[in-house]
Amino acid sequence: MTETQAPLIQVTGLVKRFGLKTVLRGVDFTASRGEFVALLGPNGAGKTTFLRILASLSRPNAGEVWVAGHRLPHQAAAVRRGLGVVSHQPLLYGDLTAEENLRFFGRLYDVPALEERIAEMLRLVGLYRRRRDLVRTYSRGMQQRLAIARAILHDPEVLLLDEPYTGLDQDASAMLDEVLQQVASQGRTVVMTSHDLSRIALLASRFDVLARGRIAASVQRSEIADTQLLDFYRSAVAAPAEVRA
Amino acid sequence: MTPASNERTSLWRATRAVVWKDLTAELRSRELLSAMLVFALLVILTFNFALDLDPKTRGSVTSGVLWVTFIFAGTLGLNRSMAVEKDRGCLDGLLLAPMDRSAIYFGKAVANLAFMLIVEAVVLPLYSVLYNVNLFRPGLLLMIALGSVGYVAVGTLLSSMAVQARTRDMLLPILLFPVTLPVLIAAVKGSAGFLSGLPMTDIQPWINLLLVYDVIFIAVAFIVFDYVVEE
Repeated sequence: MTETQAPLIQVTGLVKRFGLKTVLRGVDFTASRGEFVALLGPNGAGKTTFLRILASLSRPNAGEVWVAGHRLPHQAAAVRRGLGVVSHQPLLYGDLTAEENLRFFGRLYDVPALEERIAEMLRLVGLYRRRRDLVRTYSRGMQQRLAIARAILHDPEVLLLDEPYTGLDQDASAMLDEVLQQVASQGRTVVMTSHDLSRIALLASRFDVLARGRIAASVQRSEIADTQLLDFYRSAVAAPAEVRA
Repeated sequence: MTPASNERTSLWRATRAVVWKDLTAELRSRELLSAMLVFALLVILTFNFALDLDPKTRGSVTSGVLWVTFIFAGTLGLNRSMAVEKDRGCLDGLLLAPMDRSAIYFGKAVANLAFMLIVEAVVLPLYSVLYNVNLFRPGLLLMIALGSVGYVAVGTLLSSMAVQARTRDMLLPILLFPVTLPVLIAAVKGSAGFLSGLPMTDIQPWINLLLVYDVIFIAVAFIVFDYVVEE
């Protein structure tokens, strides 16, 4: 395998239970360097749980999880250093300015040349002019863009995005598209969950469908037309047996 | 950009960052401090009217009234301190950082202690005026500092546990008051000893108890905090 094809995320037989309920029933998943994987699935399929396990925020009951060459949960700190996370909540402090938020997280990640990096990130997400404003005065879209700046501040190899478009209007979503396209073009491995197929189709290089606790179907972007995407998703969610496109 | 190393961020550096963040956010919003101060002042005033005592009896209740005020106001602060992180989803942001998670505990504990000491610094002169008692004695200040450290050490750990529950506002005092009973007893007895001018040999056991309690609970929190915040 070449450097770009080597799996940066490798998950085998992942099981997660909450009490008596089994949410993930043996998930097998890989993502190579530079790949943008869209993780689709109905509500309650376990997408967020899966991302939380990859992010070392939750422990699996069984299975192996490797991220950037480090095994979870044993090497969680090393995994976290190479990981950025954006969720539907921005994980930012409203009583700090944008600059202060990034400074705080930069200190937690020991980011070198922090002030230059903060300025670079704020320019990337188009918030440099508003850098000294309190985050609580930001619109939802601006907060989400700042959340992306926070997530990539430490230059992670892997970016996990959990429903980042939740609560955004059309304009804010379009701005977020631009930022995500830029971020993805920098060679990061991205795993993103979303219910918005048309939006995610613009960004993803692969579509995986999580249903009934497993990856029920997977297809490369190059193998499927936009018009077929919805049918692919519906058949994967409805199919009783596993489908591998 | 040079990528950050694979090492964990140092405990000291991460702790300082959490303290800086909590103090900066609080100085800007003043949500926590103002609530703690108003509550402390109301408790003092309530005691002032409820215990309409002669000067001699007042002296004997001073220590108890002070510590009840401190722990009530302190509990209010401890509850909010972790709830703010949880409600805004920021706790996940902290847990995602590549550091020893004890840094979150130590950072929060130092910030909580700072807020509690600020409240105490306001309460003491006010109490002195209302009750006509001189509280600015080095021994009493030592007891207040040691007692506050113990109370915050346990309170920060328990508030991290309680914040996961839906009934956290009720849960924290129910968990906290029994566990901090040794701190409260030692602090009240020691403070009363200094106020009534007892010899140091009588007060020393209470100081020792507070010191031991502080060290044990800080060590326990250091060991278990990672498991407490794990999902």
